Amino acid sequence: MPLDALADATPAGVQIARPLVEVRDLNVRFVSRDSRTNAVNGVSFSLQAGEVLCIIGESGSGKSVTMRALMKMLPEGKTRIEGYLRVGEHLIADMTDRQMRAIRGAEVSMIFQEPMTALDPVCTIGQQIAETIMRHEGCSRKVADARALELLQVVRIPSPERRLKAYPHELSGGLRQRSMIAIALSCRPRLLLADEPTTALDATVQAQVLVLMRKLQRELGMAMIFVTHDLGVAAQIADKVAVMYAGRMVEYGPVAEVLNSPRHPYTRAMLASNVHGHARGEDLDTIPGSPPDMRRPIRGCAFAPRCKVARTSCAIEPPPVVHLGPDRYFACIANDASAEAAAT
Amino acid sequence: MSDVNAATLADFAASEASPPVRGYWASVGHRLRYDYATLFFLSVIIVVALLAICAPWLAPFDPTKTAMAYRLKPVGFKNFMLGTDDLGRDMLSRLLWGGRTSLIMGMVPVGVATVIGGFLGVLAGFVGGRVNTLIMRAMDIFYAFPSVLLAVAISGTLGGGIKNGMLALTIVFIPPLCRVAESATTLVRGLDFVEAARASGATTLSIILHHVLGNVLSPILIFASSLISVSILLGSGLSFLGLGVEPPTPDWGLMLSALRSGIYIQPLVCALPGVAIFITSLSFNLVSDGLRQAMDVKA
Repeated sequence: MPLDALADATPAGVQIARPLVEVRDLNVRFVSRDSRTNAVNGVSFSLQAGEVLCIIGESGSGKSVTMRALMKMLPEGKTRIEGYLRVGEHLIADMTDRQMRAIRGAEVSMIFQEPMTALDPVCTIGQQIAETIMRHEGCSRKVADARALELLQVVRIPSPERRLKAYPHELSGGLRQRSMIAIALSCRPRLLLADEPTTALDATVQAQVLVLMRKLQRELGMAMIFVTHDLGVAAQIADKVAVMYAGRMVEYGPVAEVLNSPRHPYTRAMLASNVHGHARGEDLDTIPGSPPDMRRPIRGCAFAPRCKVARTSCAIEPPPVVHLGPDRYFACIANDASAEAAAT
Repeated sequence: MSDVNAATLADFAASEASPPVRGYWASVGHRLRYDYATLFFLSVIIVVALLAICAPWLAPFDPTKTAMAYRLKPVGFKNFMLGTDDLGRDMLSRLLWGGRTSLIMGMVPVGVATVIGGFLGVLAGFVGGRVNTLIMRAMDIFYAFPSVLLAVAISGTLGGGIKNGMLALTIVFIPPLCRVAESATTLVRGLDFVEAARASGATTLSIILHHVLGNVLSPILIFASSLISVSILLGSGLSFLGLGVEPPTPDWGLMLSALRSGIYIQPLVCALPGVAIFITSLSFNLVSDGLRQAMDVKA
């Protein structure tokens, strides 16, 4: 399988002509009778096969919406999606519902945050895995059941024969999330979307699930977009990191660079507000204020009102996007020296 | 695959002490097994149903055969174990035969209304928007009338008879069942697993059939089972008013109505149809209560 070859090549940073996922100038608006919410404003990124992109941001920063736009999983009729969206050879924006259904679960699949509610309580785990397989591959129940068993082994669920017949409420949170992963992987997708898949799990289980996901992603050569607000999780699993604020990507780049030498004041502030590197009893550096109201248009930099290094011009014109390389940019007016001086 | 550290895996296996694997319906059955009150009343229903079904073989006399010489005789008079009614017909035979009509009046309208109301409710709840408004506001129109009045009005317009009575009861029961189905569906529709099913490429129809129906079935069934006793009472009420079953067909409601003139002569005999209605509807009520307790337990 060519995907395996790619998987080996990409972590080293080798450029491949055509990325698996390409998003350019994505705008998502939620329109209702009395308001217009600009959830995502001009997001662009690309992802190679076998790469993991972590989208980090606080609640309401548009990270989940960006991800869901790739699958057109946003409320119909109330959402306006603009921009160029490509996954593999599919141009998502032009696709009909029927075409989308053929892709969902087969080429692109999704893992949800709450394994408790994302599994149907009245169907067994086996039924839920087999259902997806039969839908996309049109195989018999027997073949699908065999594959389901195999998948439970792949996600390392102990005594899989028995778990196949178990209902979601009979499993622990970790096993449930593993089952979710099994369902998501059932048709060998090329892109896996994960919406805070470890947030609802406790810390030890979280680590196990993360390690498993990273491993499976490498073995299967899948690309993965991982939404989280946990920087530690991002550090563990990501190849690339995109930091989102108020529907924009404010910083983007390889995980080591972004987390070790952040360039955008928001990324810096977020890293500084982490418990690591602080003495016990010392107050954490928090970011003052709260995110802007997305129903109002934002003229300048969205982060300006909370930014330590903001200037008067920040509130007036949108920040320039500074490219530091083909895969590294940030959007801030402050040049490197002044920003660094203010941060330290 | 083998590089995942063995210790973690072993811990995992150990921490997952295995509970007995039991399906939803099996666990409902398990809970019911230890609910003795419900089991008792369930057996009462079964006995009543069996008596009604076996009426042709059990009844000692023809339920419609009148005998002027034996009018309103007490319990235990000669061969009439439960006495006779105002036309000298054997009460026991009439009660057995009457159970057939009463049970049919209780169950058929509820069954039909569950299918129709459930369908409309799931449709309204899942599709939402204008379809929901259309269906639910139409149901609200029926809600504007008290149920007894509505049943009386419908069967009064259509004329008497068992069929029209059952039709009237069905129409009365559709709106509440539709409403229960709609609210359950609206609740389920917003849950993650419906979105997860969509994310794995399921069509709307297969989401409804596989995921929504399975989850809304138990609230609908619980509510429907509680309507059976209402239906028996309403059916008896219609017969009492002369709108349901027509004489001489035996029916508990009709018997109660006909015997009310004899209440001063043979109070015990005249109360018997009422007792039968009471026991049956009480049993249905309590069984539906037990069913709710067994089914409602959330994981």
